[in-house]
Amino acid sequence: MPRAGNSLWEVMREKGYSRRDFMQFCTFAATAAGLGTSASAAVAKAFEKKDRPPVLWLHFQECTCCSESFIRASHPMVADVLLDAISLDYDETLQAAAGHQAEKCKADVMKAYAGKYILLVEGSVPTKENGVFCMIGGRTAEDILKEAAAGAAAIVAWGNCASYGCVQAAKPNPTGATAIQKLVNKPVINVPGCPPIADVMVAIVTHILMFGRMPELDSQGRPKEFYSRRVHDTCYRRPYYDAGLFVEAFDDDNARKGYCLYKMGCRGPLTYNACAVVKWNGGTSYPIQSGHGCLGCSENGFWDNGPFYRHLPAFPGFGIESTADTVGLTLGAAAAVGVAAHAVSTNIRKRKLIHDQVVEAVKDTPDSKEVE
Amino acid sequence: MPATQTYRRLYVWEMPVRLYHWLNALAITVLGVTGYLIGRPFTVGYAQEASFQYWFGTVRFLHFMAGYVFLFNMLVRTYWGFVGNRFASWDKFIPLNRQAWRDIVEVLRIDILQTRGTGPIHIGHNRLAGLIYFVTFFIFMFQGLTGFALYGPMSHSVFGNLAAWVVPLMGSEAVVRQWHHAMLWFYVLFTLVHVYLVFYHDYVEGRGTTSSMVGGWKFEREDRLDD
Repeated sequence: MPRAGNSLWEVMREKGYSRRDFMQFCTFAATAAGLGTSASAAVAKAFEKKDRPPVLWLHFQECTCCSESFIRASHPMVADVLLDAISLDYDETLQAAAGHQAEKCKADVMKAYAGKYILLVEGSVPTKENGVFCMIGGRTAEDILKEAAAGAAAIVAWGNCASYGCVQAAKPNPTGATAIQKLVNKPVINVPGCPPIADVMVAIVTHILMFGRMPELDSQGRPKEFYSRRVHDTCYRRPYYDAGLFVEAFDDDNARKGYCLYKMGCRGPLTYNACAVVKWNGGTSYPIQSGHGCLGCSENGFWDNGPFYRHLPAFPGFGIESTADTVGLTLGAAAAVGVAAHAVSTNIRKRKLIHDQVVEAVKDTPDSKEVE
Repeated sequence: MPATQTYRRLYVWEMPVRLYHWLNALAITVLGVTGYLIGRPFTVGYAQEASFQYWFGTVRFLHFMAGYVFLFNMLVRTYWGFVGNRFASWDKFIPLNRQAWRDIVEVLRIDILQTRGTGPIHIGHNRLAGLIYFVTFFIFMFQGLTGFALYGPMSHSVFGNLAAWVVPLMGSEAVVRQWHHAMLWFYVLFTLVHVYLVFYHDYVEGRGTTSSMVGGWKFEREDRLDD
């Protein structure tokens, strides 16, 4: 249970942080949430006064890479403090409690803070075979999710699994893995990515904490502050794209020169994420900067749009090596053959037409010799 | 069959129809070529620095520009389908009665089995061509919508925003791009068959089908004109 009446400032003071540290944190939090330093006063006020809302973090069909990413938020203070600050009351991988104790803790929070707690969900939920593919404490993931979602003030879907279903939902989706937004009747903040960027995750939680409401979302439920631009539009290799300078093979000279990875299957032009801006591991790098194309891991169904190292995806129903071009070219060739065959038979027919006409002409002319 | 035939010259394709046809042909050619290049860019000289060249950007610009020409051209033609002459009318594209379907079967016989036509000759579009064009309009619409849906995020275009709903509907931009690219081949097939059939009909019927799209006139035997 969260310690009632404990604001973030109080928690920090208990831990020995100075007022200066706290203000620094508030400034950073405001910046991380895309607000600018001028908003840091409002942030400080919120963190001073507001009770830390309890947070439940549910894990379903996932690989925990979202959690792994989250705990690596680049500013250590953010990660430390937020883990304390948000009063994380249930998280299978991070909590100390286990078994019945853990479940009781969750039940208590849902009861005492009905309509106030924040629900973070990692992983998709299987719906086939009554959801037996993911059971926790004898209950199905769907059951657990719906119960927890009912009293949640905000629901955040971490990663591509919770947002779209990710690899579990890739064809043929044997377990019926389903995105969170399709199962709950509340607006869900989708934070796609495999995993999402740590600082983005922290910033979104910060936003909810600070303002007590959801960040502005796009049509797919993604926070606009981080998902409104394509990786391609913010990529430092973009000029090479416009210039038509492409890497042709991963070991060629163009790759060494850092040309655009478009032809190597880079999904940057189709992918909405902040990788090229926020970057990973404390702003160190991101895939394209490391010479590898974007896989489009924050996009719906990205596993089904492979192969990853080719610009054109495989054409559905025609095998992994086929592209729309192979299929089209085959059809085009077939049509050309058909047309050629038709032309041959037309010419045979035309001979007859001309012949008939000549014969008729001969027949009609008074003096047949003139025609010949 | 008498040797001397009186042919009447009929003004079939009005100026807007012809203009539409050739603008459309031009736009589709540009869209097809640039679209293919966008999907499969080839290697150009790598001697220059990126700041000195912009060829891929130009290819994309041409594609977008041709896309706009294509869209507005289509809108004008749609309008003309309601105000133009009877050959341009919208109802020539949709086989709404049984006679229309019988005509389609007849045209199929002429085109595929290469029989000699017995029924009434079509002065404007034959009914089969009309139907194929009708299907084509839907493909045009599909290409327009998917194209502008892909274009939307990189522009402030109203048309891009109008098509924004296409991406969530189809799942993701990768899927939209896939089908937008695949439909390029429809145009290739269509052009192949379309151009061939125009030549074929002109070749065996001698009614000036090919030149009609330039001057607007077709020629028809007096004895075959019933209206």
